[in-house]
Amino acid sequence: MSLTSLRRRYLNGETTPSEVIAKLAEEIASRDPKTGAYLSHDLDHALKAVAQADLSKPLGGLPIAIKDNINTLGQPCTCGSQFLSKNYTSPYDATVIRKLKEAGAIPFGRMNMDEFAMGSATENSAFQNTRNPHDHDRIPGGSSGGSAAAVADGTAFAALGSDTGGSIRQPASHCGVVGLKPTYGRVSRFGLVAFASSLDQIGPLTRTVDDAALILQTIAGHDPQDSTSLDAPVPDYSAEIDLGVKGLRIGIPKEYFGEGIHPGVRENVGYRIKQLEGLGAEIIPISLPHTAHAVATYYVIAPAEASSNLSRFDGIRYGNRAPNPDDIIDLYHQSRELGFGPEVKRRIILGTYVLSSGYYDAYYTRAQKVRALITRDFKKAFEMVDVILSPVAPTPARKIGACAEDPLQDYLADIFTIPANLAGIPGMSVPCGTASFDGSDNLPVGLQILAPHLGEAIMLRVAKAAEGLA
Amino acid sequence: MPHDHIDVCYLAKLARLDLTEAEVAVFQTQLEAILGHVESLSAIDLPDDIKAADSRLGPLRDDKPHISLPPEAVLLNAPDQAQSQIRVPKVVADA
Repeated sequence: MSLTSLRRRYLNGETTPSEVIAKLAEEIASRDPKTGAYLSHDLDHALKAVAQADLSKPLGGLPIAIKDNINTLGQPCTCGSQFLSKNYTSPYDATVIRKLKEAGAIPFGRMNMDEFAMGSATENSAFQNTRNPHDHDRIPGGSSGGSAAAVADGTAFAALGSDTGGSIRQPASHCGVVGLKPTYGRVSRFGLVAFASSLDQIGPLTRTVDDAALILQTIAGHDPQDSTSLDAPVPDYSAEIDLGVKGLRIGIPKEYFGEGIHPGVRENVGYRIKQLEGLGAEIIPISLPHTAHAVATYYVIAPAEASSNLSRFDGIRYGNRAPNPDDIIDLYHQSRELGFGPEVKRRIILGTYVLSSGYYDAYYTRAQKVRALITRDFKKAFEMVDVILSPVAPTPARKIGACAEDPLQDYLADIFTIPANLAGIPGMSVPCGTASFDGSDNLPVGLQILAPHLGEAIMLRVAKAAEGLA
Repeated sequence: MPHDHIDVCYLAKLARLDLTEAEVAVFQTQLEAILGHVESLSAIDLPDDIKAADSRLGPLRDDKPHISLPPEAVLLNAPDQAQSQIRVPKVVADA
């Protein structure tokens, strides 16, 4: 059931928020031991909150699961890391949580994730693997894998995630739900534990496009506590969502349909594009010529920012502190060694390398220039088209453990999602059929919709039309 | 951009990480592969008018005092504290 349907049932008196939260807890107890989407949930706290729910508000009494890197007052915020596994309770609400609460929502559940959002399989969590509800031997995608899996599994109606290189859209695609990464700056990052600050954005994972619009409407807007949040009016995202695609110009970038795409993905995405053309959209071939360099660019910029952001985890003010250090330097070393997992260490070292004296210009400055070229590609394309369509990922969900020794293979699979983060534009994943892959049938495929800067309204409009073709 | 041999131990020291020997060996191989891929950036012909994407200073908020977290909230998560302050090992070496 969608958030929108649940709200209607509340308003019709068919159920109550207390009943829904209690039922949700039962579903989690029954199904989540297999899926592993939840790191924790506080039923008593949620039941107290729903007792005061104001059903007249836009999200009154609606439970929303939260990725475990978004601070929620009084709740844990582990970021999937041993570093914050004990002795950390959020002392404040992130701006998105404050806004959800003001709209009447009940944050319920802390969702598993790759450690500090570094990964695309939710295999880098320090606590547990999350499994894809469509096939428990497969990854749910990541890093917001817990959020996506719970929505797909029926143990959450909707969730928040964060997307630095595809971490909302790719798990949404693999789990067959809707995922939306807003324009950089559309949603405040205050209270989101930073991974790569110039790329991170918070967004919703939902069962329907309408629900994604509803949550975005609530969390979007300028925030004085995030100086990169955009001081631009927030439009009514539902106003034009049902207008359809007739007359819209849809760009199909040739670089997103080259070699390496699984035939089932190509077929499903191609068919959906044909259907949209049948509804009156104009399909226009375009080129985004620097796409092939996106992954390399990302793996300079994101680790560079991560190595700086994660320096705050030093064992002094919060989180893990090593016992019996020789001195304060030893305390830093030991605390970080004990607290961080291998992917985080790998990226910190990579970031330290590309920022170090003698390499900064060759790696970091050059990557920032290529990032500008990728941004320029999109600006030119959006002079000719209204939105761009592509696959979200080259293949459906792979098996758990298939890339354990070779992280580069997982990195390369983010080729279609990373460019939107580098350019700061919005992107969405909408379910688009299923495919057989590597011995499994009926694995979800996602259609990616990219829109110009602050073009969420038209992106949602195309998403709604595509959803209706399912 | 061809990278020199990556000194993983030195980089780990800079990043305040103590790696095990096994970690150093694994990271050495993996980081060489990742940087090998990143080197493709050096082949791109950059136009003269292109500037680094981070060259613009972001907006800053007004430099005015504002309400922040109360001390008890800040100390809530401190691993060790005394007298309303965070306690750390001795920082200055003995003379």
